[in-house]
Amino acid sequence: MDILDLTAVELGERIRKRELSAPEALEAVYGAFRARGRNLNAYAAFEIDPARTAAERAQALLDRGEAVSVLAGVPVGIKDNISVRNCLTTCASKILRDYRAPFDASAVRKLRDAGVVPAGTLNMDEFAMGSTSETSCYGPVRNPWNTGHVPGGSSGGAAAAVAARECVCALGSDTGGSVRQPSSYCGVTGFKPSYGRVSRYGLVAYGSSLDQIGPLARDVRDCAALLDIIAGPDSMDATSVPFPDSGFLDALSGDIRGLRVGVPEECFGDGVEEDVRRCVEAFLDELKRAGAVLVPLRLPFIRYAVPVYYILATAEASSNLSRFDGVKYGLRAEHYNTMEELYTRSRSEGFGKEVQKRILLGTFVLSSGYYDAYYNKALKMKQMIVDGFAEAFGRCDVISLPVSPTTAPALGSSLSDPLKMYLSDIFTVPANLAGLPGLSVPCGFDRRGLPVGAQLLGAVGADSTVLNVGYAYQLATDWHKRRPRDSEEVSGNA
Amino acid sequence: MPERWETVIGLEVHVELSTKSKIFCGCSTAFGGSPNTHCCPVCMGLPGTLPVLNQKVLEYAVRAGLALHCTIDRETRFDRKNYFYPDLPKAYQISQLYRPIARNGYVDIGGKRIRIHEMHMEEDAGKLIHSDYGHETYPDYNRAGVPLLEIVSEPDFRDGAEVVAYLEKIRSLFTYLGISDCKMQEGSMRADVNLSVRRVGDTEYGTRTETKNINSLRAIEHAIESERSRQIHILSGGGAVVQETRHWNDDTKSSTAMRSKENAPDYRYFPEPDLPVIHISEDFLQTARDSLPEFAEARQARFVSEYGIPEKDAARLTVRRETAELFEAVVSHGAEARDAANWLIVHVPHVLKTLSENVEDVTPDAAELAELIRSTEGGTVSRADGLQVLEALLSAERPFRVADYIREHGMSVENDESALEDVIRRVIEANPKAVGEYHSGKTKAIGFLIGQAMKELKGKSTPAAVHERMEAALK
Repeated sequence: MDILDLTAVELGERIRKRELSAPEALEAVYGAFRARGRNLNAYAAFEIDPARTAAERAQALLDRGEAVSVLAGVPVGIKDNISVRNCLTTCASKILRDYRAPFDASAVRKLRDAGVVPAGTLNMDEFAMGSTSETSCYGPVRNPWNTGHVPGGSSGGAAAAVAARECVCALGSDTGGSVRQPSSYCGVTGFKPSYGRVSRYGLVAYGSSLDQIGPLARDVRDCAALLDIIAGPDSMDATSVPFPDSGFLDALSGDIRGLRVGVPEECFGDGVEEDVRRCVEAFLDELKRAGAVLVPLRLPFIRYAVPVYYILATAEASSNLSRFDGVKYGLRAEHYNTMEELYTRSRSEGFGKEVQKRILLGTFVLSSGYYDAYYNKALKMKQMIVDGFAEAFGRCDVISLPVSPTTAPALGSSLSDPLKMYLSDIFTVPANLAGLPGLSVPCGFDRRGLPVGAQLLGAVGADSTVLNVGYAYQLATDWHKRRPRDSEEVSGNA
Repeated sequence: MPERWETVIGLEVHVELSTKSKIFCGCSTAFGGSPNTHCCPVCMGLPGTLPVLNQKVLEYAVRAGLALHCTIDRETRFDRKNYFYPDLPKAYQISQLYRPIARNGYVDIGGKRIRIHEMHMEEDAGKLIHSDYGHETYPDYNRAGVPLLEIVSEPDFRDGAEVVAYLEKIRSLFTYLGISDCKMQEGSMRADVNLSVRRVGDTEYGTRTETKNINSLRAIEHAIESERSRQIHILSGGGAVVQETRHWNDDTKSSTAMRSKENAPDYRYFPEPDLPVIHISEDFLQTARDSLPEFAEARQARFVSEYGIPEKDAARLTVRRETAELFEAVVSHGAEARDAANWLIVHVPHVLKTLSENVEDVTPDAAELAELIRSTEGGTVSRADGLQVLEALLSAERPFRVADYIREHGMSVENDESALEDVIRRVIEANPKAVGEYHSGKTKAIGFLIGQAMKELKGKSTPAAVHERMEAALK
C-alpha cells in the first residue's frame, strides 16, 4: 500500500487504528516531495523540522486519545500565503522571501488543535494574483497531467501536489477562483466556502472582501473533513460569520433526489471549449440520473463579473499590499538616499510584474476623480450580482456551470495575453463577488488528456448542500480517482 | 482709514481615548513603555492580520457624539486612508470618511454656538525616533492603534479666545465622560487650525491654511495671531494666500509651509473591507444617553442654587468632575457648603502643591475630609493643625482617621483648656515690660504677648481664643 494513494479520510482512519503513525505519514509526503518535488515545482518550501515536531505532537495527542478529529495525524500542505508559525510565509514573492510568520493563521491553529500536521508550503502565483501559477518568484508550477501546461492558479502548487500524490490534501485560498480553477485543471476536488465560513486571520490578504481559505483534496469527503476542522467563527476576524450548520462530513448523504440544479444558459455558450461543454453536460446528466431536477436559468449579470472583480480585487490589493514597504520586514532595497527611494526601490525590486500591474490598476480606480466612475460603480454592480444570485436561488438549490471555459493552457501562453487570462475567470469570480460556496469536481478529460472540472454553486451558507451534490456525483463516477502518470513519463525526461 | 479684517477659524481636534486597550487589538494603550513593547502582529500590521473593533471605543465615541449634540449614524463604518509613512505600519490608517459615527452637533461657549461638522473614530500612528547621532530613524509602534476621536468644527470661530474656550469645553465634556484626559502637552488632545481672513463685510471666505503641530492652549493663541497677521500682511500688500499646510514652531513662535494644495496626497479612501458595517441599536444608544453625566455647566448652576455658594466658586468646583463630586460628598457628610468649597478651592490644592502631587492623582475620603473641615471651622482644631491634618490625610496611603490623628497628636483645643491658662500666665510673668506697656495704654503690645503664647502653644489653639484669654488675664 502506498500511503499517498490514500485519501485524507482513509489515512486518518489508518492512523487512528494505529496501522500507521503521524510521523510515518509525514515522512511519506516528505519523501514524495524530495523524490519529485523539483519536477512540478509544487512546493515553495518544505521545512521538515517544524513539520516533524507537529507530527510528533499529533501522535502524542493520538496516543493520549485526545485528538478526536477524523484527520488527526494527517499531513496537510499549506499554500504559501497562509501563515504558519515560525515558517516561511512568502506568498511566492521576492518581497517576502525571508519572512517568517510569528503566528499561526486561525485555520492552521485549528488544524493543529485537531492533530492535523501542517507539512510544507505550496507554490502559487505571487500574492495569489494569477490564474496559472507562473508568476511565482520560485518559478512556474507544472501540471502533473502534462508538464508543458500550467496547473492553473493561484493555488496551482496545491492542486498539482494533490493530483501528483506529492501531498494528501491542502489548504488554498480563493479570491476569484484560485482554489476551484487549479482543482479543475489538475483533476482534483476543491471547495471555496461561503464568505465568512473560514477565518481569514493569517491569510495574507489579496482582495479582503473576496478572499476565502478552502481545501483542495482527492474527493468531496476530504474537502468536507477539512472544512469541519477549519470552519467556524473567529474572534480574530470581524468578517467571519457564525453560520448555524456544521458537521459537513456527516451531512454527506449522496441523496439528491428532487434537488433542483440550475443550469445558466450563459455558461454553456460561445467561448466555452467543446470538450469542456461536453464533459459538464455529461456531469449534468449524471446528476439527473441521481434524481436531481435540471432547471434552465438565465444569469445575464454574469458578464459584468470579470470587470467588477478586477476593479474591486485590485483596489483592495493596492491597499493591502502597501504594507510591504521595506520598512519593517521583507525585502529592502540596498541603495536608497531618501525615504521616497526606500519605498519605490524596495517595492519595484520586490514585486513581480503581474503584482505591480494590479497594484497600479487598483491605485488608479481608487484615485480622486475616478473613484465614483470605477470603484463605486463596481460596488453597485457587485450588489446587483448578489441580488441576482439571491433571486436565482429562489428557483433552484444549486447552480451548475463549468469552472473554466477551457482546460489548462500551455505554459507561457497566458501572461502574454493578460486580458484573455482575466476573461477566463468568468465562471469563478461570481461566487467570490456574491460570497457563495463553490465546488470544483473532476468530470472528465479533453481530447489532449487534460482534466475538466464541473462547478457547483450554492446560496450563501448552503455549503453542505453543494458538497452533498458533489458527493453524490463522486459516488456514481470515478473521475476523481484518476491519477496522472508519473510526470517524468509525460515530460519525457528523468 | 485702515482696513478692518475678520478672522475665520475652523478646528480639527484629535482626542486620544482612555480605553485600556487599543482600537483594533488587545495591546495596552499605556503611555510610555520601551519602544515596541505595547505591540502585537495586529497593530504592527503584519501580513495576514485583521482588525477587530474594541467595543469600548464605539461606546466612548457614541457618548462623545451625544455630548457634542451630534446625530449618531446608526449604520457607521470604517474607511481606509492610504498613505506611505514609516510610522504607519499598514501604510493605511483605519479611519472614517463616508459614514462617520457622528454629525451635525454643536458646542456652546459663553453666548456663542460653535457647530460641529462631524466626529469620527480612527487609529493613531506610531512615532519616529530620530537618532541623536547618524541619520538613523527608528519607528516605535507603541502608539500605533491607540484610539482617537477627530472632531471637525464648522468655520465658526472668529478669534483665539473662542478657540481656547471651545477646547476647554471639549476637555470638560470628555473628562466628565471619563473618555479622555485631554492633555495637550502629553498629546492626548491635539488641534489643527484652519484659518483664513477676509475684509469685514465680505461674504465669501478667504483662502485658508491649515496649521499643525500645536501643543498647548497658549501655543494655539500664538499660532492664530501669527497666521492671522501673516495673511493680512500678504493680502494688504495685494498678494494672495496660498492654500497649504503649515507647521507651527513654538520656539520661534512662527510657522513654515509644509506642503501646498497641489502636493496634497490623494488618500484614496475606500470602505475598510475587514470591518463590517456597525449597526447601532436603539438599546445601545439609549444606554449611552442614560450614562451621560450632569456636565459642568448644569452642575455649576445647581451648586449656586442648591448650596448657595458664589458663582465663581461653583465654576471652580466644577472644572473637574471628581472635584465636583467630592464637594457634594463632603457636604453630604456634614461640612458647611461654603467651608467645603473654600477647602477644595484653596486648601486642598495648596497642600497638594507642597506635596508635589497632582490634583488628578489624589482623592481623599469625603467623610474624613468633612470631619476635618468641621473640626477646624468649628474651632475644635486650630487652622494650623487643621492644615497639618490635611497634609497627612492627602499623603496617607492607608485608611486614615482624622479623629484618631487629632487625638494622637494632641491637637484638640478643648482638651488643652488648662494648658492654655498655664501658658498665658507664664508669658505674662516672663514679659513684664510688654505687660507694662499694655497697661500704660499701648494696647498694641498684646500682639507681642499673643505671639509669644502661640509660639509656646505650637499652634494648639487659635489666635482668637488666645486673644480672649490674654485680654482677660491682663485685666
